[in-house]
Amino acid sequence: MTTTSEAAATTETGAPSGPRASRRGLIYLAVTVIVALWTIPSFGLLINSLRDPRSIRASGWWSAFTDVFDSAAWTLENYRVVLDQGFGNAFANTVAVSIPSVVIPITIAAFAAYAFAWMEFPGRNILFVTVVGLLVVPLQMALIPILRIYVDFDVNGTFPAVWLAHAGFGLPLAVYLLRNYMGSLPKSIVESAKIDGADHFAIFARLILPLSVPVLASFAIFQFLWVWNDYLVALVFLGNDPSVEVLTVSLATLAGRGEGALNLLPAAAFVTMVLPMVVFFSLQRFFVRGLTAGSVKG
Amino acid sequence: MTTPPVTTPDEPVTSTPLRELEQPGGLGVWALRIATALVVPVVIVVFFFAFGFLKDEEANKAIQVLVALVVGIGGVWALYWGMDRLVDRLPLKAGIGVRPFAFVGPALVLLAFYLVYPAINTTIISFQDARSESFVGFDNYVRIFTESEYLVSLRNSAIWVLVVPLAAVGIGLAFATLADKLGRRIESATKSLIFLPMAISFVGASVVWTFVYSFRPEGFGDQIGILNAIWTSIGNEATNWLAQRPWNNLYLMVILVWLQTGFSMVILSSAVKGVPEELLEAARIDGATEWQSFWRVVFPSIFSTVVVVWTTVVITVWKVFDIVWVMTGGREGTQVVAQQMVQEFFTNRNNGVGAALAVVLFVAVVPILILNVRRFRAEEALR
Repeated sequence: MTTTSEAAATTETGAPSGPRASRRGLIYLAVTVIVALWTIPSFGLLINSLRDPRSIRASGWWSAFTDVFDSAAWTLENYRVVLDQGFGNAFANTVAVSIPSVVIPITIAAFAAYAFAWMEFPGRNILFVTVVGLLVVPLQMALIPILRIYVDFDVNGTFPAVWLAHAGFGLPLAVYLLRNYMGSLPKSIVESAKIDGADHFAIFARLILPLSVPVLASFAIFQFLWVWNDYLVALVFLGNDPSVEVLTVSLATLAGRGEGALNLLPAAAFVTMVLPMVVFFSLQRFFVRGLTAGSVKG
Repeated sequence: MTTPPVTTPDEPVTSTPLRELEQPGGLGVWALRIATALVVPVVIVVFFFAFGFLKDEEANKAIQVLVALVVGIGGVWALYWGMDRLVDRLPLKAGIGVRPFAFVGPALVLLAFYLVYPAINTTIISFQDARSESFVGFDNYVRIFTESEYLVSLRNSAIWVLVVPLAAVGIGLAFATLADKLGRRIESATKSLIFLPMAISFVGASVVWTFVYSFRPEGFGDQIGILNAIWTSIGNEATNWLAQRPWNNLYLMVILVWLQTGFSMVILSSAVKGVPEELLEAARIDGATEWQSFWRVVFPSIFSTVVVVWTTVVITVWKVFDIVWVMTGGREGTQVVAQQMVQEFFTNRNNGVGAALAVVLFVAVVPILILNVRRFRAEEALR
């Protein structure tokens, strides 16, 4: 730490550029080291996914750089094989699980949030405090009883079963976020709508909901990434049946095959990551906001 | 922190002028309220499950999703609208009492079904035997807190909870502070790279790190894991990292640190940027070094954010399941509570111990739950 204090001292006394530049150099060095540590693992996986299967088994991904320009060393074959071997299907399943699992809780939570923010009813405060409490209840608490009910009614392993489970588990966060946002909208606009004769349904649908689009988007992205990347809920309520299994489940199974599937793992992993990464990069701002807000989800 | 960017309301929400007439009471109104709350969820469930086509394995997935979306958006909207119109037909006074439940009811019913009821039921199951046939008192809990297998998972989870948040928040804060001193372009580019793992599933991250920790015994080919490649190139024997007790736990923790640092970094970064420039300027004039002004000015002003980030990471770490499940399956002394819970329930078919482990997971976060509720109440009081 001596360097920093030295640098600070010189800054104070008129800052000759030498030590100051060296301090800057140190910052660059530290940042570069951290960035390298954080990117190299995924970068290595990406390289591996593009190598021919035999080289993946024979040598580490860094060896690929000894013959970068040898076009025979690079191939998309792994992706083709992986997509044919169930990952294409699992991708479709994951889309089928994710979209309704995001849409259903948003609709239900929006109505509830409006009531919590703008309607009077007995038990309103205690019920909302309960929602706040439910934010941190671990998913594990719900698995056994819900699975039993699903099995009793013979609905386990169906998409609707997992949609509703994700909707239920996502609701506390959704209600919490939306209510806080809706409750902070200016009261005057609601009042004047009332005076104009609008009823609650109209105020909600035409006024509050359109104004809440930013927070709806934040929650939608947060929930989408959560559902897409979820493994536990999908494992318990959908399982390994190829007709319904999602990407995380397929990937975990493939990883469990060890050396036998080594050449397919990198490409498979990237198939599971591509959509969340696109969402992440294109909607980072919303995502950050949802994350900040939803950081207490259970 | 936990609220989205909002405009501060000028008056408390609790005193909205929408308070119409006196709230009606009476059994009849409550019966109506409950009935109103149940309609939407019941119709959705009946629609989803009573019709075989959604269960049909051959059913086209696109059609299933389309139906779900039409129902999930259009159908649900129509149901809420219909309920609202039905309430209109009630006598005015009853209608005022019932209408809020047409709005809030379906969410409450879903929450009760998917979280409240299971939590109670799991607690009951935790006092029963493996097949949930008879009550066994505290036997399952006694096992968890005396048998070495479970004690190891409790110990491991405790270490995870200590180490991962410390590392994730520490590195995140350090990076946020350092990157803040660089140019804006470099800052946002490097931050994105650190943040990127947040978009990766725990299973995906485990696969990423499989190729870091990969180990091959002598005679089974070159090392393809980068860690062993570096390790052997500086003259050491190749090591099976994930089988090396007790350090293998630490190697698994690294994966979660890798995933969570971006989260703490992004949130702490905005907090660091929020520290008033005048404060820093004043510290500089008083001759404080960068190090001193960080610890005496920046850190105290962002402390509450650090606490929130910390608790968030703690909750995530405490429930970590996927990483251990995929990387080691809990073998080689790497079991943790959340993974052990799934293992007991599915692999060992022991409902009682599985449920008891879930209860342990829950009870441990109750202090955080209370903290959250308190913080919420305090925020409400300020409104």
